[in-house]
Amino acid sequence: MTAPVSPPSPYSAAAKQSNVEAHTLSVLVDNEPGVLARVVGLFSGRAYNIESLTVAEVVHGEHLSRITIRTVGAPETIEQIRHQLERLVPVRKVTDLTIGGRSLERELAMVKVRGRGDDRTDALQLADAFRARVVDATTESFIFELTGKPEKIDEFVDLMRPIGLVEVSRTGVAAISRGPEPI
Amino acid sequence: MSKEMSGAEMVVEALKDHGVDTLFGYPGGAVLPIYDALFQQETVRHILVRHEQGAAHAAEGYARSSGKVGALLVTSGPGATNTVTGLTDALMDSIPVVCITGQVPTHLIGSDAFQECDTVGITRHCTKHNYLVRSIDELCRVLHEAFYVASTGRPGPVVIDIPKDVQFARGRYSPPHNVHHKTYHPQLDADMALIRKAVAMMASAKRPIFYTGGGVINSGPAASTLLRELVKLTGFPITSTLMGLGAYPSSGEHWLGMLGMHGTFEANNAMHDCDLMIAMGARFDDRITGRLDAFSPGSKKIHVDIDPSSINKNVKVDLGIVGDCGHVLEAMVRLWRSEAMHAEQPPLGEWRKQIDGWRARKSLAFRNSTTTIKPQYAVQRLHELTKGRDVYVTTEVGQHQMWAAQHFHFEQPNRWMTSGGLGTMGYGLPAAIGVQLAHPQALVIDIAGEASILMCIQELSTAIQYRLPVKVFILNNEYMGMVRQWQELLHGGRYSHSYSEALPDFVKLAEAFGAKGLRCYEPKDLDSAIQEMLDYDGPVLFDCVVEKSENCFPMIPSGKAHNDMLLADLSDDAGVDLGAIIDERGKMLV
Repeated sequence: MTAPVSPPSPYSAAAKQSNVEAHTLSVLVDNEPGVLARVVGLFSGRAYNIESLTVAEVVHGEHLSRITIRTVGAPETIEQIRHQLERLVPVRKVTDLTIGGRSLERELAMVKVRGRGDDRTDALQLADAFRARVVDATTESFIFELTGKPEKIDEFVDLMRPIGLVEVSRTGVAAISRGPEPI
Repeated sequence: MSKEMSGAEMVVEALKDHGVDTLFGYPGGAVLPIYDALFQQETVRHILVRHEQGAAHAAEGYARSSGKVGALLVTSGPGATNTVTGLTDALMDSIPVVCITGQVPTHLIGSDAFQECDTVGITRHCTKHNYLVRSIDELCRVLHEAFYVASTGRPGPVVIDIPKDVQFARGRYSPPHNVHHKTYHPQLDADMALIRKAVAMMASAKRPIFYTGGGVINSGPAASTLLRELVKLTGFPITSTLMGLGAYPSSGEHWLGMLGMHGTFEANNAMHDCDLMIAMGARFDDRITGRLDAFSPGSKKIHVDIDPSSINKNVKVDLGIVGDCGHVLEAMVRLWRSEAMHAEQPPLGEWRKQIDGWRARKSLAFRNSTTTIKPQYAVQRLHELTKGRDVYVTTEVGQHQMWAAQHFHFEQPNRWMTSGGLGTMGYGLPAAIGVQLAHPQALVIDIAGEASILMCIQELSTAIQYRLPVKVFILNNEYMGMVRQWQELLHGGRYSHSYSEALPDFVKLAEAFGAKGLRCYEPKDLDSAIQEMLDYDGPVLFDCVVEKSENCFPMIPSGKAHNDMLLADLSDDAGVDLGAIIDERGKMLV
């Protein structure tokens, strides 16, 4: 069946995402019950993407939590996500840390690798190059702890795969803007 | 000023303090303490509905016609889930509603107790905000906050879920005073520099148009007055969404009629060909824009909206102004008057002439009949015979709704209550009940379809109980007309399940409820039958038997642009294959 020749419909026009970009959003929220469900529900309800998400209370006395979300979408979509997040009543502030490019992003990973003989030496040498620490060891396994940008962790995990990667646990991205000012 | 009382008493106190004189509700196990507190006072009048969905729509009708917050009270579990459609409706149309739901006692939450459901989880997506009150110490704050959140900024529904033990618990209540929310601060005043820029753009526009929506109505009657003033000062033509009808009078000199899928030829063509569009409290919904990449291609666009997320959501605009329509209109009127910005305003004569050309096409015209009642004719007669009266109109959803929007003309805001965003069949009758309670002396008419009306027909019983003389004017074509129309246009006339089989006898049905039933078959009897309905002091079900195959035109077919409309007489021509006009991809759209 050949595709009908026709003008694009409102929906297909809207779905066309020309230049998809990854952005990191910092969302400051009141840590009240259900706030995470509101944020996550907004993403699923409006068909936005979540690449990674981290959340923790950062100022205990004020019940202030910081949610860091990595998302992908066209710039208009990212802008829309920001506005939609700002509509949520317990949200204090939303900052797009990718705009301006002056932010630090870090993720922590724990990587379990199994192997004997030369594989162990290879694993340790690579871990050293990546500044990964050994946090657990047996005669046939290591667990490495590694911090860095998500891409660095991806690389390390790819290198461990042929050696004997067992499993990976990652925290997701935490991010903060550079310089003396808060977001 | 704080007083000690039970949680249930706090709820009633807060309702009083927030000016709630009418509460729609249905009792049940988890709200008994609140019902007990209601029993012992006379300030808040409780209206017993017959289904919780009815309570939500009635609260909407009350809110939309009065500008106040609508309130409802329902029990846990099914009581709460039954409100979901009404809450979603209020969210889509930005209607301020506070819904109080009972919940099982705190210690039973999560145990799958009798009539337990995760109310805040279920309603999270269909409310502006919601609360589960975990302790009596939070209740007073939450109650005041809920009214604040519901009624400020872009209005919307708020749910307060109150466990039964919290209703019994005793705590301190203090009246509301300047609620200052920690995180919620809607922006009302717009940036003056942006307004100045907008006015400058307006002053040099050659083919301008105002495109206004429900935001102007929500801003309050003053915004409508200011809009009229601005239209008069500028002389710009104006069109409105379904939600915005009445903000500018339909008898006004610059009125183009409604725009969008079933809007007028002149409104849609003017939107397409304008060089400056001033969108005011409207949200570029897909029923308005049609094909997005062909939407008003040559224009600069200004968008005024209280919700920043509405700006650039569907259509990219040149100037976005975040603020309350009323504030922005006030500033625009002031600037236009005081500054000589408009001194060099280009003449609009050519533009008006072009518009008059489109208007001459008479896109709302239809072929009348002497043997069957045409639905458009029925709405026209209803409008004609109610002129000069204090009239409010609600509708259900479908063809009759569009005919009502096209042929019942509104002169004032807050007179037209219809489910715009969600398109809820069953909205009209309970909404009419809410309107009648807010305006006891007014004439309230629900223009309905025979299919829609059956969705909330049980509320006729409510109307009887409280002696609410609402008039239900059913355009009975024995079809879910809009579904049938789309099946005719797009699905080869295969009328799959859109015939209203086994309809009740509406006259007998009315009588069974204790209302008056009327039926009319012939155009010559219509006026006297309508008059009989209007003269009757009580609720009426009017079964207006209309032409079955009538389609609602004009129409922008799916996937088409504003200047690509189907008009009535074209579609009446034998040999025109409507299915061929709408292309394959258009058929994919709803």
